[in-house]
Amino acid sequence: MSVAKPLPHDSAPLHVTGQARYVDDIPVPSGTLHLCFGLSSIAAGRITAMDLSAVRAAPGVVTVITADDLPFANDVSPSIHDEPLLSDGSVHYVGQPIFVVVADSHHAARRAARLGRITYDEAAPLLTIEDAMAANSYFEGGPITWARGDVEAALTTAPHRIEGRIEMGGQEHFYLESQAALALPGEDGDMLVHSSTQHPTEIQHKVAEALGVPMHKVRIETRRMGGGFGGKESQGNALAVACAVAAHATGRPCKMRYDRDDDMVITGKRHDFRIDYSAGFDGDGRLTGVAFTQMTRGGWAQDLTLPVADRAMLHADNAYFLPAVRIESHRLRTNTQSATAFRGFGGPQGMVGIERVMDHIAHELGRDPLEVRRVNYYAPATPRGPGTGHRYAGPHSPAIADARNITPYGMEVTDFLLHEMTDALAGRADYAARRQAVRDWNAANPILKRGIALTPVKFGISFTLTHLNQAGALVHVYQDGSIHLNHGGTEMGQGLNQKVAQVAASAFGVSMDAVRITATDTAKVPNTSATAASSGSDLNGMAALAACETIRDRIAAHLAETHQASPGSVRFEDGRVHVGATDLSFAEAVQSAYFARVSLSATGFYKTPDLSWDRARGRGRPFFYFAHGAAITEVAVDTLSGEYRILRTDILHDAGASLNPALDIGQIEGGYVQGAGWLTMEELVWDDKGRLRTHAPSTYKIPAASDTPPLFNVDLWNQPNPAATIYRSKAVGEPPFMLGISALMALSDAVAACGTGYPALDAPATPERVLHAIRRMRGEL
Amino acid sequence: MDITFLLNGERVELRDVDPTMTALDWLRETRGLTATKEGCNEGDCGACTVMVTDAQGARALNACILFLPQLQGKALRTVEGIAAPDGGLHPVQRAMVDHHGSQCGFCTPGFIASMAVNHLNGETDHETALAGNLCRCTGYVPILRAARAAEDAPVPDHLRDDAGVLAQVAPPQAFQPETADDLARLYADTPDATLIAGATDVGLWVTKQMRDIGPAIFLNRCADLQRIERADGMLRIGAGVTMDRVLSLMEAHHPSYAGMIRRYGSAQVRAAATIGGNIANGSPIGDNPPALIALGAVLHLRRGDARRDMPVEDFFVDYGKQDRAPGEFVEAVSLPEHAPALRCYKISKRFDQDISALLGCFNIEVADGTVQTARIAFGGMAGTPKRATQVEQALTGQPWSEATIHAAQDAWAQDFTPLSDMRASADYRLTTARNLLMRYFHDLSGAETDVRRVQA
Repeated sequence: MSVAKPLPHDSAPLHVTGQARYVDDIPVPSGTLHLCFGLSSIAAGRITAMDLSAVRAAPGVVTVITADDLPFANDVSPSIHDEPLLSDGSVHYVGQPIFVVVADSHHAARRAARLGRITYDEAAPLLTIEDAMAANSYFEGGPITWARGDVEAALTTAPHRIEGRIEMGGQEHFYLESQAALALPGEDGDMLVHSSTQHPTEIQHKVAEALGVPMHKVRIETRRMGGGFGGKESQGNALAVACAVAAHATGRPCKMRYDRDDDMVITGKRHDFRIDYSAGFDGDGRLTGVAFTQMTRGGWAQDLTLPVADRAMLHADNAYFLPAVRIESHRLRTNTQSATAFRGFGGPQGMVGIERVMDHIAHELGRDPLEVRRVNYYAPATPRGPGTGHRYAGPHSPAIADARNITPYGMEVTDFLLHEMTDALAGRADYAARRQAVRDWNAANPILKRGIALTPVKFGISFTLTHLNQAGALVHVYQDGSIHLNHGGTEMGQGLNQKVAQVAASAFGVSMDAVRITATDTAKVPNTSATAASSGSDLNGMAALAACETIRDRIAAHLAETHQASPGSVRFEDGRVHVGATDLSFAEAVQSAYFARVSLSATGFYKTPDLSWDRARGRGRPFFYFAHGAAITEVAVDTLSGEYRILRTDILHDAGASLNPALDIGQIEGGYVQGAGWLTMEELVWDDKGRLRTHAPSTYKIPAASDTPPLFNVDLWNQPNPAATIYRSKAVGEPPFMLGISALMALSDAVAACGTGYPALDAPATPERVLHAIRRMRGEL
Repeated sequence: MDITFLLNGERVELRDVDPTMTALDWLRETRGLTATKEGCNEGDCGACTVMVTDAQGARALNACILFLPQLQGKALRTVEGIAAPDGGLHPVQRAMVDHHGSQCGFCTPGFIASMAVNHLNGETDHETALAGNLCRCTGYVPILRAARAAEDAPVPDHLRDDAGVLAQVAPPQAFQPETADDLARLYADTPDATLIAGATDVGLWVTKQMRDIGPAIFLNRCADLQRIERADGMLRIGAGVTMDRVLSLMEAHHPSYAGMIRRYGSAQVRAAATIGGNIANGSPIGDNPPALIALGAVLHLRRGDARRDMPVEDFFVDYGKQDRAPGEFVEAVSLPEHAPALRCYKISKRFDQDISALLGCFNIEVADGTVQTARIAFGGMAGTPKRATQVEQALTGQPWSEATIHAAQDAWAQDFTPLSDMRASADYRLTTARNLLMRYFHDLSGAETDVRRVQA
């Protein structure tokens, strides 16, 4: 079986030799044109005059397109048609595309795009959460509240109570390959677009709307992305649509790639949040009630802000039972980049809120934060399976009476693994002894302090927009026994294609080299969902398996008939097909089926079962299952400058029965570093005019090689998923990101050693914020 | 301009090239060699890293801010030329596959180029050597594992050949003086020319600001600007000495300065950037000037045959304004060979390859418990690199004690009124500057003050 093997990424040999092709590497026909947007320089207002004569006259410029030149839809929004490709006269943020230059080279287009002279009637922009709250500037009309129980009573009667606030910044995706698209016009209005996108079907949809043609005239191909992380779920629309419109207008191929600074200025980022909290608890730190007010800047257009904010609410519990809870969510419209999907999709922000509460409670009671976390954990999973009297989470499973298993949104947590995982991790990483060592160090060292923290992750798997939980696949078996595999997922580095190929190879019992992975193509598998929400292998693996099984069953039926055996007895193993006493090579079996006129091509389809979600009420079962993880991070902090270093990280993560442990560990290591980066050094700074000041790697710092923990131990929990997923694996794209929260909490722990009071450390915890918190602890502020 | 160099072992002769054509654009757009990627177009991400070999050996450089004339007479290798001619993988390529070092793969060719250079040079401090290559997928763990795994494999022969083939040196070019005398004449005649040494700054004028830089004079073949001389207890460093060589030099003479340079840009940037360029561009956040000022270094300027010297601090007149006449250039800088009390503290959001929020350099001589002389200089605290004169005065003649440091508290605000920007607030800068003096006090007394030296 190919599944469960730690095979390298299918493209690894191409990556290391530079042969892996990204959109900008595709050889283009002669005459290809290049595009660049002209951008707004103000955050809010109206355009009163636009003089583009210098742009048109610049060397190499072929044409310039404005909103007036768009015959059909001027919209690149993934949600409610509120995001014009080119300004309709109104300006909503600094960096909004106003016109697009079409020129004979990338540089000619970039140079010309700066020559536009635009006059504005400027308005006062809403830049901050406070601005937007004061102006009542909301998406969807106002805040959303989900609640359970009598929170006010729980808070007032609680033996202890804390109140606080945490602010956490957004995050630039910083995929190494900036956004790119290439549109190739065909005959009779056909358009082929190569797009660096997580969502080819949406690109197809938006391009068709912009060209005023049915979707069948537009084909999108995505071989791979140079990183996505959510940033290419909707943010590639503008480039693809602009290229298609320009290609249609000029009849020539059109390509666009953002220069890094343009990419950072134009595109959306992770939502920043402010969370106000109030929590009541007993002497053990056990919560009696908690209230959260989550406020987030959605930016100028709705994009995916609503489901992101929903997921923040859905993860306000993380791993903890909240007896009485109220979560109020403010989705604010501001004059900044339209915040968008980013790994975790609001989940990390919601979790930081409750992890802060746990940390704060522990500090209030003078207890080890891990003890407080443990007493609040959901009840452990009830043993299920043969001999336990309980079925595998099936519809007829007996109801569980223990109320400490119900999420705030009413979903039963049936597979909670964190008790055992926490024990195992704390044991193997020697948490208790190290915590004491940290205390001893801090007593002896006035300048450098240490901190340590263990934080858990429980992350819900499934799109909360239920209809997106579907996938298709297309599998061809050729006469020679080679297999052509296609599915609706996209490859952005996570190794999805390799995992799905492992599924296909296992289904046919053949070696991996028999399976050819091909580019995602809207003409092969239609109506796909974005490769997002960690769903890639869950959905596409199942769809591919269904297609493979269809073909396999046809071959089996054919062979059973010709060999007088039962179809169920035909086995596909080790490149051979066994029928009764006969044993054929897979290719021989395929050829036999072909001569018998058996169809060797099939589509596969999958939809996630058991989902029901009432978003308006905030009740139901939005997730198929939960993925778990826990991390311990230890840090050292310099109390004179606020500089710090992660010293060691230990992780235990639940990827179910891993489809590919090597790829999964890669997701965990990378996710942790990205999550820790979000909460430590990655800082987005806007000035008071709404201009993003951190728009290149010179000013926006993602972790570098030396920021990796010098000791970094990652293990898989490796228990089969009780939910019936592909080979009982679990999704692994997003959950490990939130393991990075342990870095923030370890910093908080180190700062707490500097004085009395609670550090209340905000994120990103740059050296400046750390020093600020230390000075507050020392009473210097 | 006409240029001759080796590309993946083959001789390339180009006629009439645009002097500001970058190697990256030329490779990708003219030669169709698309393995080398554009990630940031400003030398900060390393996706465009290539191997460049000259008489001094092989180095990793960022192709996005490498102008073609800088390749004159050198050998350029891209990832297409790092695997063996028969397609056999280089040891670092093999290790990256085996250790799962690539995910999305976009940064990978740049990593491979850096790793192949390090492998060739026997470099094993991989965190330092790869600090200029950003990866957003892996968290670097498997990449560092791969780099370690490949350490002992032999260097493939075809990569050793580049150095040998270079004998066929390219002919001199007018735009590229070979001596300081030629440069002095050329620059005095064309004072509006832009001097380009490593192009780590000028490169961005072209790639980001899209400026027309006018006539260009390339300094990288000017041999006598690249000399390091020792005499009378002083080191004289030619303006064209690249920062990787300054790093090696300082490791022997001023270890704390070397520790700071280890964080200056990245391996790719240090291999291109020159000490003269870092001084001459007058940036208030250049990392060399505060160290040089604290050392009492002397700057040597030249215009035609006229030379003058000045203390480094006097060169920085005001923000964006230096004491340099048209046609005048920085020829060298001299500094003492020894200064045991020198400490350099660079503060930034990220440890490696980040522009300083502030950088403080301290050189305080204490005898019999009393401060004899104090030289304290900062970057990031004013419109220029600047001495903390008031603080120095408050310390001089006083007992070297925490009490004296506290007593000097108010002098800092007299010396500096820093700005708030995306790197830090004014308050953080001023507070931390003060605290760094305290760090210096403890550092000199032998206490552990370096968070990077703490181990789990």
